[in-house]
Amino acid sequence: MTATPPAKPTNRLAIAAVSLWTGLIVLVSHWMAQQSQRWLPVQASSAAPLVDGLFGFETGLGTFIFLGVLTVLAWSLLFHRARKYDESDAEPIEGNTRLEIIWTVIPLVLVLLIAANAIRVNRVLGVLGPMEHAHGGAVPTGALSPGAEGSGPVTSALATSDAAATELQVEVIARQWSWEFRYPLSDGDVQPHGDHDGMAGASGGTGSGGAATTHGMPATVSSTELHLPINRPVTFRLLSEDVLHGFYVPAFRLKQDVVPGQAISFRLTPTRSGRYRLRDSQFSGTWFAANQADVVVESPAAFAHWLELGVQQPLQPGLSPAADDYARRQQRPSNGWATVVPAPPPLVNVPGSVALPHDA
Amino acid sequence: MVSTAATSTPPAPGSWLRYLGWSTDAKVIGIQYIATALIFLLVGGFLAMVIRGELITPEADLVDRTVYNALYTMHGTIMLFLFIFPVLNGLNNLLVPLMIGAPDMAFPRLNAVAFWMVPVFGLILMASFLVPGGPAASGWWSYPPVSLQNPLGILLNGQALWILAVALSGVSSIIGALNVVTTILRLRAPGMGLFRMPIFCWTALSAQLIQLAGLPVLTGGAVMLLLDLVAGTSFYRPEGGGDPVLYQHFFWFYSHPAVYVIILPIFGVFSELLPVYARKPLFGYTVVAIASLVIVGLSLIVWVHHMFPSGVAQWMRDLFMVTTMLIAVPTGIKVFAWVATLWRGKIRLTSAMLFALGGIVNFVFAGITGVMLATVPIDIHVNNTYFVVGHFHYVIYGAATMGVYAAIYHWFGKFTGRMLYEGLGKLHFVLTFIGTNLNFLPMHPLGLMGMPRRVSSYDPEFAFWNVLASLGAFILGVSIIPFLLNLVSSLVRGAKAPANPWNAIGLEWLLPSPPPAENFEEHIPTVLRGPYGYGSGEPLVEHQERYEQALREVAA
Repeated sequence: MTATPPAKPTNRLAIAAVSLWTGLIVLVSHWMAQQSQRWLPVQASSAAPLVDGLFGFETGLGTFIFLGVLTVLAWSLLFHRARKYDESDAEPIEGNTRLEIIWTVIPLVLVLLIAANAIRVNRVLGVLGPMEHAHGGAVPTGALSPGAEGSGPVTSALATSDAAATELQVEVIARQWSWEFRYPLSDGDVQPHGDHDGMAGASGGTGSGGAATTHGMPATVSSTELHLPINRPVTFRLLSEDVLHGFYVPAFRLKQDVVPGQAISFRLTPTRSGRYRLRDSQFSGTWFAANQADVVVESPAAFAHWLELGVQQPLQPGLSPAADDYARRQQRPSNGWATVVPAPPPLVNVPGSVALPHDA
Repeated sequence: MVSTAATSTPPAPGSWLRYLGWSTDAKVIGIQYIATALIFLLVGGFLAMVIRGELITPEADLVDRTVYNALYTMHGTIMLFLFIFPVLNGLNNLLVPLMIGAPDMAFPRLNAVAFWMVPVFGLILMASFLVPGGPAASGWWSYPPVSLQNPLGILLNGQALWILAVALSGVSSIIGALNVVTTILRLRAPGMGLFRMPIFCWTALSAQLIQLAGLPVLTGGAVMLLLDLVAGTSFYRPEGGGDPVLYQHFFWFYSHPAVYVIILPIFGVFSELLPVYARKPLFGYTVVAIASLVIVGLSLIVWVHHMFPSGVAQWMRDLFMVTTMLIAVPTGIKVFAWVATLWRGKIRLTSAMLFALGGIVNFVFAGITGVMLATVPIDIHVNNTYFVVGHFHYVIYGAATMGVYAAIYHWFGKFTGRMLYEGLGKLHFVLTFIGTNLNFLPMHPLGLMGMPRRVSSYDPEFAFWNVLASLGAFILGVSIIPFLLNLVSSLVRGAKAPANPWNAIGLEWLLPSPPPAENFEEHIPTVLRGPYGYGSGEPLVEHQERYEQALREVAA
């Protein structure tokens, strides 16, 4: 494109110089495309390499265009400056139809190629996990209360025989400002109960779901730290009790808004063990920045062990930095403006931690 | 059609007092717009300094979180609705009538009404700092339900005032748009066909067409939000059967095209300035003119790219990705045309030219990150992160605001009769260019690493780039000082501006500086050819020598 200033056909030296410079820009662009992979967090899901591949490609292409434009611009600024006291006009070149067609068609082809490539990646991501998130508009909130199962039986998380074949189901409840994760269990005669319907579904949420027990054993394991077994697809059921939130794990490269009044299913496959951050990505009010949780990706055995330990734990207040901060804020004269009061920490089996070092 | 003389107010022409009161003269209104906008630039800029002061450390330690959220909300709102839109309306008022040879805007009184709504909604917005509970704190998008929460439960809350101000801004802009479009379509000098208009007029026309198409949707959406907030309706409340995502459609249907409302006139400024300072015609005038209209058409069908992670169907993601990427084609045409205009020119690096060139470089960078953001899988990762914040600040500060500065350095003498100092102008440019890049470039790695936007605290791994960004912001803060100094000292004791200080072609340069109230009065010229006849030696208008002779007589 513009990286090639028009040179006189006879001037071989100029052509050689331009080719050399273009080659150099190509090399730099290639290098930038490789470098770009280091600007991103570790790849911890099956989606991450696809996203990073696209980003690397566009970084390379973008670098080439940027440097190309800059080269021609810099050349003009260096060598086509008006001499002092030269008040005359330059040669009146009004346009060049062929050039204008070229720089319309080439970008058109390029963006269509990028778009086609991205649509292809969308399809693959769709296969890896359905990204069709719209679930037919608003549903009465009562039917979407956390724990209320209206859509068929809950897949076992502890079932031993076909664990690898079945998907893990995790319910994610976003609140102002905490994340709660529920692992529904249906191990043999332990059936999940929908009896905390309405309790946690009230707006402003008491956050005390997950209390249902059968024969002393919880029907769900709940936590304020997300644990996932490696290399096993997981389907989240994203619920919000108050406002919009965003389920965003940078290491997974995936993000989905959590919309109150909708149950959004969201699927991914973790591929790397480690401890990552889940960050709220849709502004949710005062403690938005503190609305984070840790995501632990671990071996299936470690995950099963964690669930077993969780079953035995009594319900206790989970992590909620916002609630802690609010309590501290109430102790001193306020220097702030009005705020929504944080929901109390959800009662969970396993609080977890946000103080441990994370990989991304 | 135009009868401003009858409605003109007592302060004598030339008295600075006329800028403080009701006036229907587009040149007075233009300066009123720009002065108001610059005052709000200082307010919004001050808020940005507090924001970057908070973000220089990971903890939320400078201001309370509620205060931080309100400050970033007001920063965005002020910069968009009280700085960039008014400053561009100011340029429209100053430049459009002069460039097409009209005595004034088509509807001078409506013009004044549109302007005076700006200080009114500006005061409403500022007053929201004083109401119990503080100003709006839900971001300049004001997405429900968070914008409907109203923690104190009072009717007169910051969010309600915010919505009222935005709705008034919308009405003001619709009136202004009607005026600009009518003026351009109806009041051109004889001989000035559409394809003889300066590109700035093309871009002003295109931008204001977007306003007319998009603003009613935003204003309607805002009224529904206000009703939800104060009257208990449930347009967007999920518990009442409403849909919060519906608001996002209303909001972005206008607010993405709004970016083109901002950047199109800046493209116009670049297209005006480069030929002057490169002494060459604009390369491919016709294509550049048409590209503006293509951008208008595409801009109205891209809004869902702001909502890729909001819960939209896959086909919508694919469709809106393609339309968004297509915008790269007409904008690319413009960039290449500017680069070709410079090629083999006789370039003079004045302050105005430096700002235009800096703006173009920043815009190319923003365009590339824009295509990345259009790419759905990449956007899913970086949406609502600092990558987006970096991208749009490159557009709105790096390209648009620098373009506004370029325009001010170029046309200041024409409208005030005094020249700005070039030395201070170049200092202003250097500080602005370095500050912009140091402030906004580090936001891209932050976003790629996964730092969400709108956070009042962050994890320690993000500290390094945030420190750099804050330093850049403080340089930007300092960069305003030589600019203000330049404005004030030039107005007080600057050199008298000649009629045509840059030896430029255009109707505005055939008038004295500052031009008389009715511009060409009864001597409206007949335009003979297109706007950029550099190097052709041919006159722009019939009997051009008579106009030039008159100017020489005025000067002598």
